[in-house]
Amino acid sequence: MAIDFETLRPLLIIVGVLGCLVLTASLNIWIERRLLALWQDRYGPNRVGPFGLGHVVADVIKISFKEDWIPPFADKAVFVLAPAIIMTTALMSFAVMPFAPGISVVDLNVGILFVLALSSIGVYSVALAGWSSNSKYSLLGGLRASAQMLAYEVFMGLSLMGVVAMAGSFNLRDIVLAQQGMWFVVPQFLGFVVFFIAGVAETHRIPFDLPEAESELGAGFHSEYSGMKFGAFFVGEYIGITLISALTATLFFGGWQGPLLPPVVWFVIKTFSFISIFVLLRASLPRLRYDQLMTFGWKIMLPLSLANLLVTGAVILMRQ
Amino acid sequence: MLSNLRTIWLVFKHAFAKRVTVQYPEEKPALAPRWRGRIVLTLDPDGQERCVACNLCAVACPVSCIALQATEDETGRRYPEFFRINFSRCIFCGYCEEACPTYAIQLTPDFEMSEYKRQNLVYEKEDLLVNGQGKYPGYNFYRVAGLAIGGKGKGEAENEAPPVDVRSLVP
Amino acid sequence: MPTIFIDGKPVEIQGNENLLEALIELGLNVPYFCWHPALGSAGACRQCAVTQYKDEQDTRGRIVMSCMTPAVEGLRISVDDAASKEFRASIIEWMMTYHPHDCPVCDEGGECHLQDMTVMTGHSYRRYRFDKRTHRNQDLGPLVNHEMNRCIECYRCVRFYKDFAGGTDLDVFSSHNHVYFGRHEDGTLESEFSGNLVEVCPTGVFTDKTLKKHFTRRWDYTTAPSVCTHCSLGCNITPGERYGELRRIRNRYNRDVNGYFLCDRGRYGYEFVNEPRRPKRPMRRVPEAAGNQFREVTREEAMGALGALVRDGGPVIGIGSPRASVEANFALRLLVGAENFYLGLSKDENALMAATLEAVLEGPARQPSLGEIPKHDAVFILGEDLTNVAPLAALHVRQTVRNKPRARARALGIPDWNVLPVSRVIDTERGPVHIATPYGGKLDDIAASTFRATPDAIAQLGFAVAHAIATDAPDPGPLPEETRALAARIAADLLEAERPLVVAGPSCDSVEVIRAAANVAWALCRRGRTTAGLFYTAHEANSVGLEMMGGGHLEDAAAAVLEGRARAVIVLENDLYRRADARLVDAMIEKAGTLVVIDHLMTPTGIRADIVLPAATFAEGAGTLVNNVGSAQRFIEVLRPAGEITESWRWLRRINTAAGRSTVTQWVDLDSFLRELVGELPVFARIVNVAPPASFRVGGRKIPRQSHRYSGRTAMNANIAVSEGAVAQDLDSPLAFTMEGFPRMTPAKLMASFWTPGWNSAQSITRFQEEVNGPLEGGDPGIRLIEPAAGDGRPYYAPAPVASAATGTLLAIERLHIFGSEELSARAPGIATLAPTPYVLLHPEDAAAVGLAEGEMAEVLLTDQLPVRLPVVCAPAIARGVLALPRGLSGLPFVSLPASGTVRKAPVA
Repeated sequence: MAIDFETLRPLLIIVGVLGCLVLTASLNIWIERRLLALWQDRYGPNRVGPFGLGHVVADVIKISFKEDWIPPFADKAVFVLAPAIIMTTALMSFAVMPFAPGISVVDLNVGILFVLALSSIGVYSVALAGWSSNSKYSLLGGLRASAQMLAYEVFMGLSLMGVVAMAGSFNLRDIVLAQQGMWFVVPQFLGFVVFFIAGVAETHRIPFDLPEAESELGAGFHSEYSGMKFGAFFVGEYIGITLISALTATLFFGGWQGPLLPPVVWFVIKTFSFISIFVLLRASLPRLRYDQLMTFGWKIMLPLSLANLLVTGAVILMRQ
Repeated sequence: MLSNLRTIWLVFKHAFAKRVTVQYPEEKPALAPRWRGRIVLTLDPDGQERCVACNLCAVACPVSCIALQATEDETGRRYPEFFRINFSRCIFCGYCEEACPTYAIQLTPDFEMSEYKRQNLVYEKEDLLVNGQGKYPGYNFYRVAGLAIGGKGKGEAENEAPPVDVRSLVP
Repeated sequence: MPTIFIDGKPVEIQGNENLLEALIELGLNVPYFCWHPALGSAGACRQCAVTQYKDEQDTRGRIVMSCMTPAVEGLRISVDDAASKEFRASIIEWMMTYHPHDCPVCDEGGECHLQDMTVMTGHSYRRYRFDKRTHRNQDLGPLVNHEMNRCIECYRCVRFYKDFAGGTDLDVFSSHNHVYFGRHEDGTLESEFSGNLVEVCPTGVFTDKTLKKHFTRRWDYTTAPSVCTHCSLGCNITPGERYGELRRIRNRYNRDVNGYFLCDRGRYGYEFVNEPRRPKRPMRRVPEAAGNQFREVTREEAMGALGALVRDGGPVIGIGSPRASVEANFALRLLVGAENFYLGLSKDENALMAATLEAVLEGPARQPSLGEIPKHDAVFILGEDLTNVAPLAALHVRQTVRNKPRARARALGIPDWNVLPVSRVIDTERGPVHIATPYGGKLDDIAASTFRATPDAIAQLGFAVAHAIATDAPDPGPLPEETRALAARIAADLLEAERPLVVAGPSCDSVEVIRAAANVAWALCRRGRTTAGLFYTAHEANSVGLEMMGGGHLEDAAAAVLEGRARAVIVLENDLYRRADARLVDAMIEKAGTLVVIDHLMTPTGIRADIVLPAATFAEGAGTLVNNVGSAQRFIEVLRPAGEITESWRWLRRINTAAGRSTVTQWVDLDSFLRELVGELPVFARIVNVAPPASFRVGGRKIPRQSHRYSGRTAMNANIAVSEGAVAQDLDSPLAFTMEGFPRMTPAKLMASFWTPGWNSAQSITRFQEEVNGPLEGGDPGIRLIEPAAGDGRPYYAPAPVASAATGTLLAIERLHIFGSEELSARAPGIATLAPTPYVLLHPEDAAAVGLAEGEMAEVLLTDQLPVRLPVVCAPAIARGVLALPRGLSGLPFVSLPASGTVRKAPVA
């Protein structure tokens, strides 16, 4: 049977996207270290390979050879399952991501809902990891993660509703196309701020990294993990960062759109800019206290996102 | 909130600041003379071992990584029969140097002493002795101590009167 | 209990003491130099100044020396007031003006009383800018090192050496800051107690010369409580180990035994432990080789051979030893069976020990402990040259002469701690010590009377004294007039005393002397002097313990072998050639199929053995020794020996196991073994209480053998392997080979190293006593196993008829030497250089009678024995008709004594 390009195309995209994502995740480690070093007047890893890129390879080799130890007191099945969940959900979210015109895995008309749903499932990974480790630090980390994600999930969705209302679609490609005239960051600035903060909390990055607060909880929910399972959490976190950055670029900064350069390049540039902001936050902000985190979520962010939705709705209604 | 943003901005500005890292193997850092690195045993101005094997460095050592044994030559001059530092235990705290009453043991600005085998980090006296006086030139313990040794009898040290003639009746 | 006021606060004190002692007992840090708990106050150093106030209104007060101030009711003082503090600091500063700058090379550094006191008073900077006075040192022999520059003129050395120990060759010379403590010329210190200068001197003028060769600072020793094995007194010692070698012996205070002092044999005899040629692994004779060649074998091979020997080699006899522990002897007894166990004492010595035990157990007189001797005020010594037999007993007997002048001083209101008035009158007025010995000794200088005679005549004097005390005691029969008069005088002195003491022992080789001594003590007891003491010495560290175990003597063992009743002989820590005629031992060894020797060192017996097993010395293993008064004391392993060296009782247990006897496999440690011993021999029932069991813990921790400042732990073995090996485990005691634990909470029975903050020197002992010169807190170690019989029905011994000696013959007796006569210490280099060369001691007139003069070679012909050629030494202080041969000196063959014989000029070969 003759295999023509058009039938192979989705398959190639899937393989390409998966490959790029895993590569990006590991590259993120390097980027994060080098950027942190930059902002702390250091060099960061610069010994292995050009610009120290070989450190990533060295890390991968090292982590693959580490003893993959399951504590005897852990719930073995769940313990193994937990890191798989976070990898899967994070990767699957990219299925609806429009990287460029014509380059996306599926063109789903409920794309945003799909992403939100998967990120909700991702919570299970952390909660189950914390619970199945059967140690107090892990459990505390897992509990914190559940509460934190539950809280921030709510207005993360709400903050996007302004964008959805303006674009009139849940489809991410349609949202990108709707920003041809003006990036949504301008009318939806409040939505952008709320979404980005919620995104940082969703990936439990500094300053919202309470689930793995090393000074209090050892390493939080993944205290008991080692070897490649720990690696899965690690990579899952970086894919999460990439996902939030890509979503921010898509929803608020016109996705692939831009002059001169090819669309994919624009998409990559925008995504990496937001990744850098993640790192900048880590370099500059201290961790919140748990009660501050909850107060901030429920008392400030939620009303803000509701107000944003109200105003957006009102303006749209007024224009009609 | 604004202070947070200011913080982020200030940190961001560091992207354009000069880096403080010294690119070590290519670029050697300047070490202060009192840097606490590799421990040496020095010689006195006459070219003889300064160490008198008093054991004070060993007892001051918080990780007990110095072991030695005192012995004497035929003239009564005391010196270490063996002097061993286990650098795989040493924490370079410098207490031994502080305890040393003869300036014999000194810490030097040298830290490049890594080994692939721990056993090679055990230094004996031959490995520790250097041909020089180190940071404190001119000091010779036996010139001020009352003990008689070869070439220096009783009453010949600094600030010492000649030995008393016990049989003398002069007041 | 008087009350004194310190800074206005009332404090109760013991009373009958001086203020310094009271303050020390209260745990206050008052610096001092010249005061010493045993030597009393001299008021020489001015260091212990405190301020005394007249009454409550007095705020200025006046500075007094606390050591010269009686602690009386209502005394008001201040220790920490500015005036006395400044005074004390200035005294130290004065002393330090001439002190040389040599602490780093001073052996006293780290345990120096002067260092402690300097820190205590806060002096740190020498303001005196002029030259230091210096002194030349003297060579004081192989034991004590002299470094006069360090002297601070406290006079402790001469007070100890001259006044306390009776030495004559150390004194103070010159005046003002030229004061010099030393001999009139270089030379070995003559006193047998010279080693105590090391501990008495508060600084480094006198230091341990044997230690100098392998110097170690105080904090670097691994120590454990131990017991001296070089004579029968069982002085408590603290051996110190470093780098797997025994480095020194220090005194371990025990009020009931040695107190603060040791003799030089005990202090310096340790070096035999480090002898490089000691057997370290089991050895087997190489049968085909000529001469005495041995090869080292594995433990398995040796045990296989010995197991087979015991299992099916026919009857095996065991020969025990008076220098081996109770445990070792009992293990041998278990292995060979009680009927095949022989004590390893010669027939004569066995009879002497049996007579001693009988006299102690059956009569009413109690044996005072060694530490109680100074409390006695009249002493009668029969036949013992105490200085050479039981040196510390001599030192303690020397103190008894102070009791009479002390009583007079007390009547004049001078307290006991003020020793100077008594020292002033001691030359003309002293308590009675009567000495009856065949030859002179060092105690003669304090003797009220000396009686030189043969052992039989000494026994007769003893019986006469007993008869003079109590007429129902049997009379020895006709005696010369002077002897009668002397007996009457001695009896009067003993009766007049509050606590009379009779001392005797085995040196005369005469059971009669032992019995005569018993008669004297019993007569005193029956005349109402119930405090009368009967003190017997013995020859070796465990002679009494061995005799308590019971068994045949060496001649019995030889007979058993020669009659073919035994095919193999196991000799435990014993050199048979020192105890029996060489011909007899040779015959026995040749007849025995296999000779097994378990010993520390290669001895003449060991060289003839088929299998040699290396035994642990007192420093390398645990065991119990019973001293001359029947007090059991435990010695605990100080160092883990090299190779396969282990306790003799462990070797014997292994042989037992190899022979397939399952019962013995249960005793894996000392505690379980002692239970076995007590089950078999109830006479030792209290031996289990001598020291806490191995399971004893302080706060859940073992007791550390190392000080908390122990150095070099991670480097000392790094030349061999950089990884630190596992710490050796000790199954037999609650002591650990580490520095972890709570040393200050150690019970006295396990306390080896006395240290409290600020007190690093030997003077720290006062912090561990219940009161100054009192017992250690929690009681002194040692448990008496034998006590006199409760009733008093025992009749007096009847004197044996004296056989008159044939005219023209001399009676040969043995003479002991502190240096050289004891087997193990004689192998220590320091002691060996002081040991005399063999000689024969004769009265000058006896010598002249056969045409001999001092230094000439004589041939001694004794009945039934090979002739011995020896140089002549003449001394008027030996009884006529007696010749003395030194015991056990190297180069002198065994001679069975006493024996009669003749001396003649050695024919020129």
